[in-house]
Amino acid sequence: MAWARRILRVNLTKGTCTHEPLNMDWAKRYLGQRGLATKYLTEEIDPKVDPLAPENKLIMATGPLTGTCASTAGRYSVITKGALTGAIACSNSGGFFGNEMKNAGLDMIIFEGRAKAPVYLFIDNDDCRLLDASGYWGTSVWDTEEGIKEAHGDAQIRVASIGVAGEKGVKFACVVNDMHRAAGRSGVGTVMGSKNLKAVAIRGTKGVSVDDMPTFLKAVTAGKKVLAENAVTGQGLPAYGTQVLMNVINETGALPTRNHRDIQFEGASKISAEAMAEPRESDGKPNLIRNAACFGCTIACGRISSVDRTHYTVVDRPQYQKASGGLEYEAAWALGAATGVDDLDALTFANFICNEQGIDPISFGATVGAAMEMFEDGIITTKDTGGIEVKFGSARALTDLAELCGRGEGFGAEIGLGSKLLCEKYGKPELSMSVKGQEFPAYDGRGIQGMGLTYATSNRGACHLRSYTVASEILGIPEKTDPLVTDGKAGLVKAFQDATAAVDSAGICVFTTFAWTLEDIAPQIDAACEGDWSVEALLATGERIWNLERQFNLAAGFTGKDDNLPPRLMKDAAKTGPAKGLTSGLDKMLPEYYQLRGWSKDGVPTNETVSRLGL
Amino acid sequence: MLKALNIDPGKCTGCLQCELACSFENEGVFNPSKSRIKVFNFHDQGRFVPYTCTQCDEAWCMHACPVDAISLNKLTGAKEVNDNLCVGCKVCTIACPFGTVNYNSATGKVIKCDLCGGDPECAKACPTDAITYVDADWTGLDKMRKWAAKTDAGQQAAH
Repeated sequence: MAWARRILRVNLTKGTCTHEPLNMDWAKRYLGQRGLATKYLTEEIDPKVDPLAPENKLIMATGPLTGTCASTAGRYSVITKGALTGAIACSNSGGFFGNEMKNAGLDMIIFEGRAKAPVYLFIDNDDCRLLDASGYWGTSVWDTEEGIKEAHGDAQIRVASIGVAGEKGVKFACVVNDMHRAAGRSGVGTVMGSKNLKAVAIRGTKGVSVDDMPTFLKAVTAGKKVLAENAVTGQGLPAYGTQVLMNVINETGALPTRNHRDIQFEGASKISAEAMAEPRESDGKPNLIRNAACFGCTIACGRISSVDRTHYTVVDRPQYQKASGGLEYEAAWALGAATGVDDLDALTFANFICNEQGIDPISFGATVGAAMEMFEDGIITTKDTGGIEVKFGSARALTDLAELCGRGEGFGAEIGLGSKLLCEKYGKPELSMSVKGQEFPAYDGRGIQGMGLTYATSNRGACHLRSYTVASEILGIPEKTDPLVTDGKAGLVKAFQDATAAVDSAGICVFTTFAWTLEDIAPQIDAACEGDWSVEALLATGERIWNLERQFNLAAGFTGKDDNLPPRLMKDAAKTGPAKGLTSGLDKMLPEYYQLRGWSKDGVPTNETVSRLGL
Repeated sequence: MLKALNIDPGKCTGCLQCELACSFENEGVFNPSKSRIKVFNFHDQGRFVPYTCTQCDEAWCMHACPVDAISLNKLTGAKEVNDNLCVGCKVCTIACPFGTVNYNSATGKVIKCDLCGGDPECAKACPTDAITYVDADWTGLDKMRKWAAKTDAGQQAAH
């Protein structure tokens, strides 16, 4: 119940697919999805393995609530050692693929080895086969998904695949499902490509049940009511999507601009949610067509957009004139503010390309921003870029590089190294705005101090979703804290990290936590799953997961010294806005954070902590 | 008062809570593949459209059934399949012009919407009121009201 209690092990080297029972002892300690798959991964691979070697494994994992009627319960994650970071990677996706996987009776699929030639995994309930993907190799996510559905004569198949970027080794390639939902970060798609695995196609019709159905239905109904009545999840996100944040964060003085040189973008309003709703001149229609939901989601923050048909990017290219996944806040920031580009249609087009070829728009946009800074400083010239004028504010450079990076060609292939390797290559490592090799997302650690600590300590490299203290520091959820001070942030970050690790392991979306606390979530998990899933149990599970991920990274060769921020955030004070004059106070927060975590001053979990958590 | 399902595709976000509710009511598990209502995603146009049986008065499925397994529920107006009589011949699936009667290979019977006996779960589960259960004689009432509000807009502006 809740768990399908079955996993599929796919050995790509041998070409075998084998079902085996889920380890329920581990399930009761690590819940599912992020936590449980991390437990499997850490038991099965050497942390020092090359992420692109056949010895690395890649796990697709659902949570116990995935496929139930709990709001947002369609999530799945891809867990592996990340190609971008060399750290533990866990990228979470919505859409409909996770539900289909659960309905095929699967908690997880573990991929090991490497296929000799391109293959895709086809699953029709209990029937699992590796099929020839040579016809799809070299094609986009969009063509692969449509091609597989057509080949099997079944439009109801759900597909997760990589684009050309993942095949070509672009370091921040994604796994994209349902055309435009992505397991986006850390290069999980790159690992999939290294295994010669093009796609996973699933048709599942088994059904999903839970342990205590009457109690579950009651808890789920109460949860949905909380989401509907909350201003963020009931009104803001459905109407504006995550893009509701663009103007807010800009005014806060925490919108990283032009590779974090500035923290306010003069073009923010032009790329905001409000701009997406404005009728355009050419056809009187807005960029935003409508909002859309992932499986089971009663919030529906997704954007469905179109590019202006007269825009240079899509003229004579009808395949890009159709509706598709529009800009979320992170993508709009990375493609826009980070590069200084304020052309909404260029951003929307670049976002389409990111979906079509499976590249992470955050790392892509941020890396383009770093390249733009080096170009302006004369470190990179048009000789390096194949003639492209990679200047801040150039929409043409952005969209050309998106297409090149998506295909892993020309200077796009260099962008595909990610900012860390790119900046090292040109002798400017300090210009990479990253932690553990992964680019910052859309909040500046000077204007929102908690986010500096969040990035520095995130187990998968810089990430906002590991502890979204923006909720507290800007939006006042669950209570307001001052974004400009460091006091209390160590505790805040730890609390968010542990709670989020539990939520990410359950099969639901972290966006529910704009409205839900663990008090709303625990009853749903507790009714669905065997065992005790009280708030306290969930927090203990979250802390256990966090430390397990930390132990993996330490064994992989990371140390406390990698819990850092680039010099720009530590030394260059913010120039404008409420944070004017401030740098990140990471050095004030980190020692307290280690202490609260029960780690040594070098950031290593103490023996006492390890035994307390039963690791 | 006879009621009917009223579908407003413009409000549908494609979340499939209706399919979850329908499959749970009828099968006891969450299984969209066994739902009697289905949401279609016209991806390239950004449209989601829920679709299910509209309970025709002159129901093709009912007339076509050779063993009289489909009958009218006079209280709800639903055409209901009696599993004890259905032989799984699928003639009704051919007869229905809309495709809303379908065969379930797991049971060997056909399945279609029966309005949950007069309290349809899909309408209750829909978070955006894209599916409502309203007076069968006045499914257009809300649309009429909306347009009615515009009718004398010119006169109001003149005042």
